[in-house]
Amino acid sequence: MSDAKIPGDLKYSKSHEWIRSLPNGRVEVGITDHAQAALGDLVFVEVPQLDRKLAAGEACAVVESVKAASDVYSPVSGRVVARNEDLAQKPELLNSDPYGAGWMMRIELDPKAGAGALLEPAEYAQFLQESGE
Amino acid sequence: MGLRTPLYQVHVASHAKIIDFGGWDMPLSYGSQLEEHHAVRRDAGLFDVSHMCVIDLGGPRVREMLRRLLANDVGRLTVPGGALYSCMLLPTGGVIDDLIAYFVSESWFRLVVNAGTRHKDLAWISEQARAFGVAVRERPELAMLAVQGPAARAKTASLLPAAQRAAALEIARFSAATLDSWFLARTGYTGEDGFEIMLPGEQAQALWRALLAQGIKPAGLGARDTLRLEAGMNLYGNDMDESRHPLESGLAWTVAFEPMERDFIGRDALLRARAQGGDRLVGLLLEGRGVLRNHQTVSAADGARLGEITSGTFSPTLNRAIALARIAPHAGARVMVDIRGQPHAARVVRPPFVRNGQVLIKSEPGDVQ
Repeated sequence: MSDAKIPGDLKYSKSHEWIRSLPNGRVEVGITDHAQAALGDLVFVEVPQLDRKLAAGEACAVVESVKAASDVYSPVSGRVVARNEDLAQKPELLNSDPYGAGWMMRIELDPKAGAGALLEPAEYAQFLQESGE
Repeated sequence: MGLRTPLYQVHVASHAKIIDFGGWDMPLSYGSQLEEHHAVRRDAGLFDVSHMCVIDLGGPRVREMLRRLLANDVGRLTVPGGALYSCMLLPTGGVIDDLIAYFVSESWFRLVVNAGTRHKDLAWISEQARAFGVAVRERPELAMLAVQGPAARAKTASLLPAAQRAAALEIARFSAATLDSWFLARTGYTGEDGFEIMLPGEQAQALWRALLAQGIKPAGLGARDTLRLEAGMNLYGNDMDESRHPLESGLAWTVAFEPMERDFIGRDALLRARAQGGDRLVGLLLEGRGVLRNHQTVSAADGARLGEITSGTFSPTLNRAIALARIAPHAGARVMVDIRGQPHAARVVRPPFVRNGQVLIKSEPGDVQ
């Protein structure tokens, strides 16, 4: 898995979500290339309802491959302001374009919550290496 | 490190994802499991199934012994080469294993049993064989390749010399023939036509490469599982085991109660079970989106528990979730499945879901497209 793509302009979580900063205190969230490769062909994605309030670390979405179901955890605290409706019909977007068309949700950050323990790209790469993945 | 087939290094070189399966290091997939599945339904796929256990039984009383050992009746095999699917039962009716028996000659039958049950199968078979003076010989030196799909037979036969090519293509469905050092069987576990080829392990890599050169796609155990489930075929350990008998495992068609005088092991228990009635194994088709999984609870509309899913997956051919489930006999045509705490409607259907590339389940207005 050492060939997993880790774009330099994103932040990461240890549960294999990526976080992209957007204007106006919002972020976009998805699962990493490493995660999609480990899960295999994805066939079902359940993204959270609009306006749902999420705490950092909370299970908020489910991705299912042919073989197994996995939770996706919100890497930040905030409110869901957009969800990728294309994934219901095309869950394979998570495999083919995990950092682009396979985005899962956009979250308006809770200003009262501090910045969570997010990883820089180099830290995530090292984390993958150390965890033997 | 687990046991390895003669093709293990080939799988690793092909970047297969390797998993433990019944103590064997086996390929789960070589890339996309879905593409491997579709290759088998639409053209041809190649599986390494060398982990399966081949057992040869020899002696003048081998047929008599198998008529005692197996719930299906090898008396039905009248032409050499014929194959029979059967359960091997405990006296309680519980399933020790399911297997295919091949009638090679009147003094030689071949069994192919599951890898994960190899030890107990060999012990049980040897114990029963003793009384009949039948020799039990495992054939671990044989590799086994499965070539499956609508183009599988033609592509395999094209590798053979002309005389053997004709012989290979003449093999009837669910039969086998010996061609030099190959044992070529028109059987499989995918619901598609094709061959299972048993051959000396040292020839396996050359055959594997030759078949790939025909444009046949390698496929792993992941695709094998979705293909067999679409085909409505049971998996030992999921859909039946020693605590469940064939009649509650969708396998009544494999139990030969006639002729009445054939006293196979488990017969009395099955006769009692048949008189009592009991759970049945059915197919489920999820109406909405999601994926059915093993052990999810199946309930009636009023919430009363009916049973559980024994094998669930996402069907690549139907593009929706399917399952086998063991449920109470009074269940209606529509049930609810608990997926992560939420009830989801599913239709009770009769397997198979797919055979020979054709979807056999009709969609209904309530189904999400």
